[in-house]
Amino acid sequence: MNTIKEQWFGNVRGDILAGIVVALALIPEAIAFSIIAGVDPMVGLYASFIIAVVIAFVGGRAGMISGATGAMALLMIPLIAQYGLEYLLAATILTGILQILFGVLKLARYMKFIPRSVMVGFVNALAILIFEAQIPHLFGQGWLVLGLAGATLAIIYLFPYISKVIPSTLVAIVIITGYTMFTGLNVFTVGNMGALPETLPIFLIPNVPLSYETLAIIFPFALALTVVGILESLLTATIVDDMTDTGSNKNRESRGQGIANIVTGFFGGMAGCAMIGQSVINVKSGGRGRLSSLVSGIVLILLILLLGNIVVQIPMAALAGVMVMVSISTFDWNSLRTLLIVPATDSIVMVVTVVTVVLTHDLSKGVFAGILLSAIFFVSKISKISIKSELDTNKKKRTYFIKGQLFFASVTEPIAEFDFKEELNEVVLDFTHAHIWDDSAVAAMEKIITKFEDNGTDVEVTGLNEASTLLVDKLRHKLSSH
Amino acid sequence: MFNKILLASDGSEYAIRATEKAIEVAKCNPETTIHVVYVAGDSKGDVLQNWNTLGAQDKRKEKVSPSVEKLEAARIKYEVKYLHGEPGPAIVKHANENDFDLVVVGSRGRNRLQELVLGSVSHKVAKRACCAVMIIK
Repeated sequence: MNTIKEQWFGNVRGDILAGIVVALALIPEAIAFSIIAGVDPMVGLYASFIIAVVIAFVGGRAGMISGATGAMALLMIPLIAQYGLEYLLAATILTGILQILFGVLKLARYMKFIPRSVMVGFVNALAILIFEAQIPHLFGQGWLVLGLAGATLAIIYLFPYISKVIPSTLVAIVIITGYTMFTGLNVFTVGNMGALPETLPIFLIPNVPLSYETLAIIFPFALALTVVGILESLLTATIVDDMTDTGSNKNRESRGQGIANIVTGFFGGMAGCAMIGQSVINVKSGGRGRLSSLVSGIVLILLILLLGNIVVQIPMAALAGVMVMVSISTFDWNSLRTLLIVPATDSIVMVVTVVTVVLTHDLSKGVFAGILLSAIFFVSKISKISIKSELDTNKKKRTYFIKGQLFFASVTEPIAEFDFKEELNEVVLDFTHAHIWDDSAVAAMEKIITKFEDNGTDVEVTGLNEASTLLVDKLRHKLSSH
Repeated sequence: MFNKILLASDGSEYAIRATEKAIEVAKCNPETTIHVVYVAGDSKGDVLQNWNTLGAQDKRKEKVSPSVEKLEAARIKYEVKYLHGEPGPAIVKHANENDFDLVVVGSRGRNRLQELVLGSVSHKVAKRACCAVMIIK
């Protein structure tokens, strides 16, 4: 999969078939994610079409599927509710610009600073939010709606035992929609949620004033969309890398996601990113190349244009059923099993990430909370230093062996371990197993030395490693000058 | 007579017994190469647990290491191959596409619950592989 030709035409048959399967599975999700965000179904469908097609050309990971996603839709809810669609489109374009910057500045490598437990918390929180968004569509509307959603789920999980060729979500949607259409059941449908014009998307500049106020409104949303979009896309790319035993260009993928979002914003689509579930379906159905993403986008829009009048008949209960399945498969169930096995701090970080997201409804805030907490845990873990000492009674000389990382967080407590009042001729501070990192550590060292010297004890410092010595020399000079 | 043996391994006790039997068969013929195959079913879970593909691969190496150690000790030629997907179909596909002479597989694996719902891997392999299959109890 190295040359461009191979990435496009190395697997034509598999890519076309998988692309069709993905398109069929994309339709219910794109509609449901639009409804989560609070926009017309067409906004999500346009987004999935445009993003899939654009990413086929500019993405960094062949065989990955991108489109409108739940993670992004959840971030848009307040923007749509307060300011409306035009501001969402503007935010989508700004998201694209920020993502291109992310790619150009090659920031993908900094993703390693996001701990594993934060990633697990991210997907779990995403699953919970998707489920939560379905509650109004599921409950409080009588048993009929719950029954339809239950039947949808049953078909989704049981149909694969009959055939795996057709996506079971589509089969469920078709059966349930057919049932409600023929029996004339009066339930909420996609048509009740918004218009579904049977037209291709057209180029439009979002109708917002080009002012500082607009930027102030959309920037926080665009930033959150950028972070979440890149995070999910790079996670998905890594999963596809692993499934196919091939590599991918993460910075190119970030750039590609940006370009796709700019284009979708100008054509009336909402911001999107890579989709874990759809990419897994694509690879499992035999999709490997760029063609699979292109085919999925084109087939999706053709189906919508041809079958739009049937799509509006899809009951909301059936879509809610599909979303419950998406939420179940998004959740990392393994993390519950290992919750008590992994270090407690990791579990706490995961849970805090989840709780922050569920409370704020903002995935990016959860990620920041998780990273911050992990950093604090890490600092407190490595700030444990040990001090042992040995007394040479003949020479009245005590040697302190200091072991660990000396920095701002680790130097306040150990001072208490030194006995400055002891009757001694000489004190040796042995730093062989220590590293001095910052000015707080140097200042603390100074303090210890002066305290001993005030007491009339000579101090000798030994075993400082080269980096520590350099820092001490540089800082002692500066610190003593003020 | 068996030049190319596929040994399915997931690090379970059954897989270790299967390794021992595969070594006995391989000793009859100096030409034999044993291909140790491990099927990674859950790429998403593995990547999430390890953040990157390298970490995920390390975990898989650990899973086949009991088999590999036994093969090293017995001085049998071997190769290790990691497949992706559902264990049963993935092993069958690999066996049939690469002209293996024999597939050796444990009668049970790691996941009892999955076996109950989906049927056992060894059963699927015995039914669908085109070559000889040895199921180790």
